[in-house]
Amino acid sequence: MVLVRGQETVLADRAVARIATLVREHGGDYEQTVLEAATYERGQLETIASPSLFGEHRHIVVNGLEAMSDAFLDDALAYVGTAGPEVTDVTLVLRHEKGTRGKKLLDAVAKASYPVVTCEAIKRDADKVAFAAAEFRTAGRKATNTAVQALVEALGSDLRELASACQQLIADTSSTITPDVVQRYYGGRVEATGFRVADTAIAGHSAEAVTLLRHALETGVDPVPLVAALAVKLRTLAKVAAMRGRGGASASDLGLAPWQVDRARRELSGWTPEGLARAITAVADADAEVKGEGRDAEFAVERAVLRVAGARGH
Amino acid sequence: MSVWDALVGQPEAVAVLSEAVRRPEAMTHAWLITGPPGSGRSVAARAFAAALQDPDDADGTSHETQTALAGTHADVTVLATEKVVISIDEARNLVGLSQRAPSQGRWRVIIVEDADRMVERTSNVLLKAIEEPPPRTVWVLCAPSPQDVLVTIRSRCRLVNLRVPPAQAVADLLVASDGVDPALALECALAAQSHIGMARRLAANPKARDYRAKVLAIPATIRGVGDAILAAGTLVDEATEESKVATAERDAAEKAELLRNLGADQGGTIPPALRAQVRQLEEEQKRRARRALIDVLDRAMVDLLSFYRDVLVVQLGSDQVLMNRAAEPAVREMAGASAPEQSLQRMQAVGVARTRIAAGAAPLLAIEAMTVALRPQN
Repeated sequence: MVLVRGQETVLADRAVARIATLVREHGGDYEQTVLEAATYERGQLETIASPSLFGEHRHIVVNGLEAMSDAFLDDALAYVGTAGPEVTDVTLVLRHEKGTRGKKLLDAVAKASYPVVTCEAIKRDADKVAFAAAEFRTAGRKATNTAVQALVEALGSDLRELASACQQLIADTSSTITPDVVQRYYGGRVEATGFRVADTAIAGHSAEAVTLLRHALETGVDPVPLVAALAVKLRTLAKVAAMRGRGGASASDLGLAPWQVDRARRELSGWTPEGLARAITAVADADAEVKGEGRDAEFAVERAVLRVAGARGH
Repeated sequence: MSVWDALVGQPEAVAVLSEAVRRPEAMTHAWLITGPPGSGRSVAARAFAAALQDPDDADGTSHETQTALAGTHADVTVLATEKVVISIDEARNLVGLSQRAPSQGRWRVIIVEDADRMVERTSNVLLKAIEEPPPRTVWVLCAPSPQDVLVTIRSRCRLVNLRVPPAQAVADLLVASDGVDPALALECALAAQSHIGMARRLAANPKARDYRAKVLAIPATIRGVGDAILAAGTLVDEATEESKVATAERDAAEKAELLRNLGADQGGTIPPALRAQVRQLEEEQKRRARRALIDVLDRAMVDLLSFYRDVLVVQLGSDQVLMNRAAEPAVREMAGASAPEQSLQRMQAVGVARTRIAAGAAPLLAIEAMTVALRPQN
């Protein structure tokens, strides 16, 4: 029995596939069953796991333990309690993504010292770079550090996409993977979120901000959250500016975390109250235009970004 | 005391409506009652419905009249909405209803309060029903102005316009009906700009007066951009609190009632089969909460408008009465510190924020832009 938990589905899929391969390599006939824990009905597990007439190996994969039915919880707990190391003709793979549902079962599995594979979500860029580098290494290919870096920048937001891009590069190219190769396949793609656009605009880099904004719009980010991100950034700046003026108010009074304040302090350099006022007005105009006052939402956001970037230093 | 007594300061409208009740040839099948908020559109509609149910009841005490006024008469249907718009299904129900004969033999009256809260598609559902109702059905629509309803609806209705009642008349009503102290009644009537419902709320509820005073104190606290953003945050937070007071308790009661009707345990986990229904209720409540928040914010902005109006009155040296007597020192200080042009620009900014929030813009951002425009600028 193996428990696979964690939110990074690419890794979890691979773990499950790897177990299936091991079962196959073990030799002999085997019968694979896939169950959904949410729609599980009482007794299913016992029926499938009980010895069969021809003595094949049973490989059972149960998905979605985070939404398991009560029936599954009861049956699985009973199974964990009764099955011991002497059961060698059944492999049971449990997949649990997140949350605390069925914690009792998870604890029971871990306590009975069955293997637990943890696939935590990969969030940091450095980890993603390491992941991509490992992909190339496993395939026995060489990739320069800068190439891997460029690849993560282009496709970093979704690990699955990153993994398939790595696979494609491995399949389509034959020599060392260099930044040129990445550029040829994935050039011009930049991961742009609302907050990255807002950060760049607030730093006063108009051209870069507009480039990012267009990338964001092209990759399907809606104008409304883009405007909201600008508004949130400017609000924090103005609050921190007010705090500086008064001296008395602390970060928690304003509903801000200390790191937000530190960051806003750094970003505030180059901003005047007058500039902030202009920027906030421009963003409010854009919000109204995006919600139906104007005809072209994308134009409205772009103008707001330009105005915000231009308001710095006024 | 007749059914028309609650309609304050509207002699012309009362004359037209009571004439229609008395003489069949003055009657028509569809009416559109317009007038500024608080002038008593829905009161007029209900009084008209009551008078139609019992035209001979001069003192308004008969069973028919009383039930019609209370909204429990079988032949008087009132459609009002607590959400942002009237849904198309609600309108469709009315179409079916309008074809039924009145159960008491007089008139079937269908009152649509907030007829302006219908999108075009919903209005179109009603067109045919309003144009040719059965002989004993009468439609009464209410809207702030004739322009707020579709032209095709407008052309099918007879128009009755209400005016803003004089503040003194509203104050007299408060004294007569609720026994409010005359001085307080006049202050509230002025502060509410003759909006009868608002004036009554202010007079009866000290918390509402406090909230209003807080809103009026905001302009003086805005000295720079930072202050403006903080003030906007406070304004929206307090409006959220204020609107929650009105909705939170009711939301919880409704949910408990729904769970009881569905036979689910209170406090336990909701069975998956019932979650869709609970979610539907919660979404409905969310829409209602949004409308409540917008209403509270809008009221606050109207109060701000009245403040700057007073500032302008002082600046121009006009002999008009100040609406905010309690805030007079702040008004005079502001009048001394700014120019009339600036007051007009500020009023403009408040107006823009009102339209934007009503049109669905993010409330906090719109208010921030407004308070930023209210800061002292030279």
